[in-house]
Amino acid sequence: MTDKIPVTVLTGYLGAGKTTLLNRILTEPHGKKYAVIVNEFGEIGIDNELVVGADEEVFEMNNGCICCTVRGDLIRILDGLMKRKGKFDAIIVETTGLADPAPVAQTFFMDQDVSDTARLDAVVTVADAKWLSDRLKDAPEAKNQIAFADVIILNKIDLVTPEQLDEVEARIRAINPYAKVHRTQNCAIPIAEVLDRKAFDLDRIIELEPDFLEEGHHHHHDEDMQSVSVAIDGEVDPEKFMPWISNLTQVEGPNILRCKGIVAFPNEPKRFVFQGVHMILDGDVQGEWKPGEKHTSKVVFIGRDLNEKAIREGFLACAA
Amino acid sequence: MIRKAYPGAQEVLLHDLALPFIPATMLWRTPPEGIASMSTGTAPSLTQSIAPVAAGAHVTAIGWLKGTAAFGLGDGGVLLAKDGETHRLEAHPDAGILVGASDGERFVTGGDDGRVAVTGPDGSTRTLAEAKGAWIDSLALSAGGAFAYASGKRVFARDDKGREKMLEVPSTARGLAFAPKGYRLAISHYNGATLWFPNVEAKPEVLDWKGSHLDVTWSPDARFVVTSMQENALHGWRLIPDKGHMRMSGYPSKTRSFSWSHDGKWLATSGAEAAIIWPFESKEGPMGKAPRECGVRPAKVSRVAFHPNTLVLAVAYEDGCILLIRLADASELLVRAAVAGSGVTAMAWDKGGKRLAFGCEDGQAGILTLP
Ligand SMILES: [Zn+2]
Repeated sequence: MTDKIPVTVLTGYLGAGKTTLLNRILTEPHGKKYAVIVNEFGEIGIDNELVVGADEEVFEMNNGCICCTVRGDLIRILDGLMKRKGKFDAIIVETTGLADPAPVAQTFFMDQDVSDTARLDAVVTVADAKWLSDRLKDAPEAKNQIAFADVIILNKIDLVTPEQLDEVEARIRAINPYAKVHRTQNCAIPIAEVLDRKAFDLDRIIELEPDFLEEGHHHHHDEDMQSVSVAIDGEVDPEKFMPWISNLTQVEGPNILRCKGIVAFPNEPKRFVFQGVHMILDGDVQGEWKPGEKHTSKVVFIGRDLNEKAIREGFLACAA
Repeated sequence: MIRKAYPGAQEVLLHDLALPFIPATMLWRTPPEGIASMSTGTAPSLTQSIAPVAAGAHVTAIGWLKGTAAFGLGDGGVLLAKDGETHRLEAHPDAGILVGASDGERFVTGGDDGRVAVTGPDGSTRTLAEAKGAWIDSLALSAGGAFAYASGKRVFARDDKGREKMLEVPSTARGLAFAPKGYRLAISHYNGATLWFPNVEAKPEVLDWKGSHLDVTWSPDARFVVTSMQENALHGWRLIPDKGHMRMSGYPSKTRSFSWSHDGKWLATSGAEAAIIWPFESKEGPMGKAPRECGVRPAKVSRVAFHPNTLVLAVAYEDGCILLIRLADASELLVRAAVAGSGVTAMAWDKGGKRLAFGCEDGQAGILTLP
């Protein structure tokens, strides 16, 4: 088996500069070939051999749950692309400005054929420095895209004052303190900051967030979207933690957009690392604790109307 | 769904399937381990009767044009093979073939160039239809010379006289299948299937069932329409006498290959570590009956193809192995041993059942001639 094809999801509200970023990726002299899945044909100004039009068909899985959705068109397109393996190195999926990134991301975990051949690399969100604050007030889609992102390109910074820029970044941080934020003009950014991030790889969760474990307790406020992080200065009992995290993501799944965590189990030389999208969890032991390193445990949730008190108390009760 | 299992994970991922009422539920179970070892190791072999064909690219479809095997390829080519000679045609230049079908006279292919092309045994190839900017990944041929293809939600049917009709279905058309008799098309899509008489003005008949339906097939007696689903199950509708639902579940992965036995009594399916063969001989279909499981091996079945006139099933696997299995006694013959990275992606018998052509993901292919 060859390596799984990395897939980058490109989101952003209308007019933020998604197409600019996409064209930049495609024209940069990186020597790589991309298959591009777009929602609106004709937007790409340059000639790319493999451009596929998608219809953004969001399908509910047949389990009666509103958050368990996949992109049916994406499953079909990826199936077709795999017949041309070797013709491209990576895939970029551009969503419409109004799209929720979750069904795209979930497709990579809920569909076996897709997860056997492709891996979600990162969700990259392009945001308009001038208009984002307004959109966060009136467009829930824009908020979802920020909350979901691994990388945020804060674009069009030439159109705002430094004070306004700090203000909008603070708003982003209030929703998603864990994404990497880049300030750009014309989406001018080294491609390496956007592609091949491995944001969904468990073994990269520590690398991606160097401050992750050292950071103090986070408490930000957006009206309805927030991040909740809880730390335990020690180990957790897997017999308590596993049922707790399972139950929490099952019950609160529709409200939890993303979650991540690194926890220590007693007598386990490795960290237990997990990440999730709505109800889907992916977890494994990963990377040994260094000799003498303090065993600490931390979980992070980004979502809507999260009951911070309940999450905090629930996690703290898992302490070993 | 979870990539690395850990305690408690099951509950999160496989939260109870809250399915609507199911009149007939048929669950089958994989037999205990150990049975797998009976296969292939002991099977007598036909491997010496294979003529290899170097297809050179992912084989997406195979058709037989009398004595010529046509291999539709992921790189856009069609390779014609006859008596050890091959001839390659650029049916979809600089593109890829996503789907293909044959009626014995012509090999029709759909590509990611938005074209439907037709290739004849003489090596001629031409465009049959074109849909700009779309992928053609489903098409069907009727015995009467008609063909149909889909581009997104739009389904086009062209009869033997060249009259084309279009129908728009509620979501992307995934599978197409003509009824065994008459000019009628089944179209599978999200939340069900649609039955359409292209040359009749009447409203198409809708077969409802929640979920994403992939491929569709019509039983040879036209009594049943069966779809494969995203949720690793088959769904069936009994058209006569009523609209009874059938739910055939228990598969560990999606079914992407169906084959009816020549007498119409059995439907063989892929998607499990054995060919799952449902009994359709009674007018209730497989209601309340367990399927046969043949060729249990530690690899998933990727393609199935019933012999055109005997109860022998060709079963191909994701690990490249191919077996012939006689239904009467489940005896097996090895056609191809497993080959790493060479999962079987297409397989077809010729009309007389003398030869079986197969093609694989890595571009290997071959033709078995029965001794
Ligand atoms: Zn859900």
